[in-house]
Amino acid sequence: MLNAIPTDWLWGLGGGLLIGLGGAVFLLGNGRVMGASGIIGGLVDGTGWGSWAERAVFLLGVVLLPIVLTPAVGPVATHATENVVLLVAAGLLVGIGTRLANGCTSGHGVCGISRLSIRGIVATVFYIMAGGLTVLIFRQILGII
Amino acid sequence: MQRLVFSFIAGGLFGAGLFLSGMTDTTKVQGWLDVFGNWDPTLAFVMGGAILPMAAAWTFTRGRKPLVGGDFPTPPEPRLGRNLVVGSLMFGIGWGLVGLCPGPAIASLSYGGWPHWVFLSAMLAGFAFAPKIRSQLDTALPAE
Repeated sequence: MLNAIPTDWLWGLGGGLLIGLGGAVFLLGNGRVMGASGIIGGLVDGTGWGSWAERAVFLLGVVLLPIVLTPAVGPVATHATENVVLLVAAGLLVGIGTRLANGCTSGHGVCGISRLSIRGIVATVFYIMAGGLTVLIFRQILGII
Repeated sequence: MQRLVFSFIAGGLFGAGLFLSGMTDTTKVQGWLDVFGNWDPTLAFVMGGAILPMAAAWTFTRGRKPLVGGDFPTPPEPRLGRNLVVGSLMFGIGWGLVGLCPGPAIASLSYGGWPHWVFLSAMLAGFAFAPKIRSQLDTALPAE
């Protein structure tokens, strides 16, 4: 039966479980919500300097594990655009937006929805809608991305 | 020290999960958002897989304390402010344009090549501007 399910979906499910386990360790161990934008953003704007080591070590783990796993599972192509204007605009929007909203896919999406937080659910609905409309306009209509 | 060990394990699991799930591949993320094109449901499997252990963890927090001491985060007030909506819309547009969000942007730094560094630099600049933009937004258009 597993053969009927695309391999990508199974990798997605397995990878998702690891992401959730990471969030569970961060919550049950340190009592913190695992949100990537908050962990990085707090280091940038100074609000998280009191816990800088915890944040830095977390980010080290995030960068390091793909390096460790690459020899075992092979390289992953990210297929990111090389359009600098798009990259800069998207980076600014993601940076400003996630800090205004106090969360991104990990904080609002994974950690918020799993505790049935209304804020997390509403944020996730809005960013998926906005992302869907963006892809519709820029890919299907304008053909830019 | 214990706190740092948990942080490293959590970050490692997060990075491994993002890497193995395919979520650092921008075509899979944009494919999920491309409802009217060649739709790719992988992201829903990732989200579902991540929410399961996380929901168990939230349930487990009841009546307990974090292993390093202190308290678990209290639920935020269920207030849907303007910043939550405006911020999420901005985030969604940026996410759709390139297919990267903060977690995968970090996880892919070792193998994504220069476009990821450009995106990351702009995202960090966005983090730096955000407090100022928030206060200007609050002055120009008070939320209440």
